Amino acid sequence: MPGATEISRDLKPFKIGIVPCNGEEICAGSVTRFACRKVLDELRKGKTVTICLPLFIAGDKGEQQFASRFPTITVDGCDKRCSAISTERLSGKPSYSIVVTDLLKDKGLTLSESPRVLSETDKQAVDIIAEEIAKKVDELLGEAGDA
Amino acid sequence: MDKELIVIPCSGIGKPYGEISRQAVYELLEDIRPEQVETVCLGRLMIRDPEVLEKLQNGFVITVDGCAKDCALKNVEATGKKVDKAVRTLEVFKEHRDLKPEGVLNLGEAGYTLAHYLAEKLSGEVECLAKEE
Ligand code: SF4
Ligand code: SF4
Repeated sequence: MPGATEISRDLKPFKIGIVPCNGEEICAGSVTRFACRKVLDELRKGKTVTICLPLFIAGDKGEQQFASRFPTITVDGCDKRCSAISTERLSGKPSYSIVVTDLLKDKGLTLSESPRVLSETDKQAVDIIAEEIAKKVDELLGEAGDA
Repeated sequence: MDKELIVIPCSGIGKPYGEISRQAVYELLEDIRPEQVETVCLGRLMIRDPEVLEKLQNGFVITVDGCAKDCALKNVEATGKKVDKAVRTLEVFKEHRDLKPEGVLNLGEAGYTLAHYLAEKLSGEVECLAKEE
């Protein structure tokens, strides 16, 4: 098994879980993936963990408890909010829920039609969403530090 | 082919095999069999979106999974729909061990070549289902 999840097996409390919806149908779904990976690999490397969303149904108990083990931020492509709703129903209530299309509307940015290849504007959107996730990570880490 | 044909990748986020499943499905949809095949967000199955559930019930379904956890397959089955064909990315990887994807999402040339081989395999499965109908 290639080890598709990145759940840390030690139960350190100071990591934040990030769960993108990975929506296949629209560009905003792809933006969730790239933004989350940017946070995991660059912006907040070592402070964040992720899990494949469908493991909340297909995975074992440990995987299903992800959101009760880590303060979790869900990132959804659109207002169907598949990640936020599924995470809450199957794993635990997310601490924050971000919706890409809502956030980009506020910034006046329109995504391309393609979920397959990101345009320059889509990449800009990835950066904006990633920064927003990183901000929320810091807030949650701050709260955990204050506790 | 009268029935809709829906191909659903797992889009795993932890390793490149999820992205390979996703890119293979996009290649199948856009380049190899446009207008014959479609996809739906796997997340919509998880929230039991009625429009997607109806589409699944009335169509052929192929799932494409990045690892043995078989998330796409199990999530479809959890809706009560039996999949018509379940494919794993690793089936193609085993035949091309020399091809190593670069990053989780930025697959590099080798990763995209793997996705291409997987897309061809999926196209073969589509053809089989079309003959069965
Ligand atoms: S939130 Fe929107 S983009 Fe994401 S999986 Fe659901 S329907 Fe697709
Ligand atoms: S099948 Fe594997 S790679 Fe795909 S979503 Fe599930 S755990 Fe992730």
